[in-house]
Amino acid sequence: MISSREKILKAIRGCELENKHLPSLNFGECKQEDLLAKFSQTLAAIGGRCRKVGGVEQIDAYIQEAGSKYPCIINAVSELRGFNIIDFVNADARTLASTAIFIVRGSVAIAENGAIWVTEKNIGNRSLPFLCQHLIIVVTEEDLVVDMHDAYEKNAIDIDGYGVFIAGPSKTADIEQSLVIGAHGPLSLEVFIIESSSNKP
Amino acid sequence: MEHKIKDHSNAAARFLKDEERATWHDETLWFVRSKRDKAAQQLPEWESLREMASGIKAHTLSHLDKYLLAFEAKAKANGVHVHWATDAEEHNRIVYSILAKHKAKNVVKSKSMLTEECGLNHHLESQGISVVDTDLGEYIVQLRKEQPSHIVLPAIHLKKEDVSNTFHECLQTEKNNFDPAYLTNSARIVLREKFLEADAAITGVNFAVAETGSIVICTNEGNADLGVHSAPLHIACMGIEKLIPKAKHLGIFLRLLARSATGQPITSYSSHFRRPRKGQEMHIVLVDNGRTQQLGRKDFKDSLKCIRCGACLNTCPVYRRSGGHSYHNSVAGPIGAILAPNLDMRKNADLPFASTLCGSCTNVCPVKINIHEQLWSWRQILMKEWYGSPAKKASMKAMAFVLSRPRMYKLSGKIGRKIMQWLPGLVNNRLNPWHKNREMPQAPRQSFNEWYEKNKR
Repeated sequence: MISSREKILKAIRGCELENKHLPSLNFGECKQEDLLAKFSQTLAAIGGRCRKVGGVEQIDAYIQEAGSKYPCIINAVSELRGFNIIDFVNADARTLASTAIFIVRGSVAIAENGAIWVTEKNIGNRSLPFLCQHLIIVVTEEDLVVDMHDAYEKNAIDIDGYGVFIAGPSKTADIEQSLVIGAHGPLSLEVFIIESSSNKP
Repeated sequence: MEHKIKDHSNAAARFLKDEERATWHDETLWFVRSKRDKAAQQLPEWESLREMASGIKAHTLSHLDKYLLAFEAKAKANGVHVHWATDAEEHNRIVYSILAKHKAKNVVKSKSMLTEECGLNHHLESQGISVVDTDLGEYIVQLRKEQPSHIVLPAIHLKKEDVSNTFHECLQTEKNNFDPAYLTNSARIVLREKFLEADAAITGVNFAVAETGSIVICTNEGNADLGVHSAPLHIACMGIEKLIPKAKHLGIFLRLLARSATGQPITSYSSHFRRPRKGQEMHIVLVDNGRTQQLGRKDFKDSLKCIRCGACLNTCPVYRRSGGHSYHNSVAGPIGAILAPNLDMRKNADLPFASTLCGSCTNVCPVKINIHEQLWSWRQILMKEWYGSPAKKASMKAMAFVLSRPRMYKLSGKIGRKIMQWLPGLVNNRLNPWHKNREMPQAPRQSFNEWYEKNKR
């Protein structure tokens, strides 16, 4: 019996399709602009918040202060104090559901849409960026790019088992088009951008 | 069959009975369309992005067999199980058999118009499997036992009072609390528990990349990720037209998709699934269900370029004032009206007529599908195949008779003008379909021809 796979392929081949060439990609001149200003403005417009910091100590201080309010913090950025993702790599979703804050390293930040590429290698556990109540992403200024094409062309997007562009906290407007920040996932997104001159995390 | 053929206009008439709500629906969708315009106008390269997206899709469709095989090989190498389904029934059977093998009883689903198209929920529920739609809009319509009325905004036909009543009844929320934040948070609490207890997650697919074998899923709520990362089993269901050749092409489509849909620069999450996580099983079901047939229809194959952004729905004057349910098809609006007749010409013969052919759909389409021309082409076929309504056929014949005889045309114009001046009651009444919801215009005293005869030198 002919398989469904063969049936579908045969049906496509029977369509007498005209050969269409793959168009060459041309994105015009690369815009020179203040990427940091543009990124933080875009991020604010989609419900996130951006802070420029001189070094990792400032982020440490912020987390320490947050720690007094939120006891359950999972930190996947090894340069920061309280790095503890190793304990949660194999944890199941139910265990992680009470995570208050998750801190992760982003590898590319896009000025045009506020999205940050976060990959499996840095997350440790795929559930965490979605189950946590508040998400913190740490990037360095050199990670900023102009647009999506830059992100795909210049960076190793889509080579890990899993990766995600995160643009703001989770949100919905499914009830009468009223925007509600914090749908099923994180209620807030905080992005720390470490200035180029200082140490990379 | 007459009642079937008239379905859209009858359903639209019912929708329009609540004038206030119809106006609200119209304005809400126009607001979304305006946000799309603003987002598009911020990118000087917008038109070239549309051009490239359309070209990439055209190329992929013209080599679909090659790309499907490349995708399958890559996905398998990534440790993903790949299945092929010729139709809805086979798709449902495959999904059920995977779930049965895993003894999965509780399934969370993130929005997938394909599984709506295939009637998957009903199939699984009849076999004792519980399916929860986790997109907030879809969850709302599921609780109300309705269908989504829009491909991106499933509950756009509902007001917050409706949602509040449904939630009060099903989730025991406070009566008469209409606050969208309160209602959203109530659903959040219930759904987060559903994610945690799920045995399997079913998702749709926005884009599938042949080069890498990965699939990309876009959500604002994070529901696809919450489901997939919690459950031991992930089943992704996709139409075979979702393929694109390379990962770098995603840059173009992701820039277009959310801007066209809601005016956002990008959705909150654009997740790239390539390999299952450790200990997880991942399946992809490739579904035809009429797509190869549409690919073989020269005038309609470009409809397969669609990336399901919903822009053509938001801009359509007919959709906005008739509501998604009046289209009696899983995909409503102009794009639905060119996809549906391919699946069932008789049942969906009314849909290509649910349009003014104004062309606004074509103008906003991010992949440049000639939607209004395809609507017109379907009309030609449907009338030829005798699927049109007898009244429409008779009036078209009468019109052709008059228009092809200049003297008859002049005479009937004169009679028409006199009637409208002297006996307006003859045209301003219920029997005249053009009088519905509007006054007839004031008739001019003379025709252009008469004026020209008098004034020419």
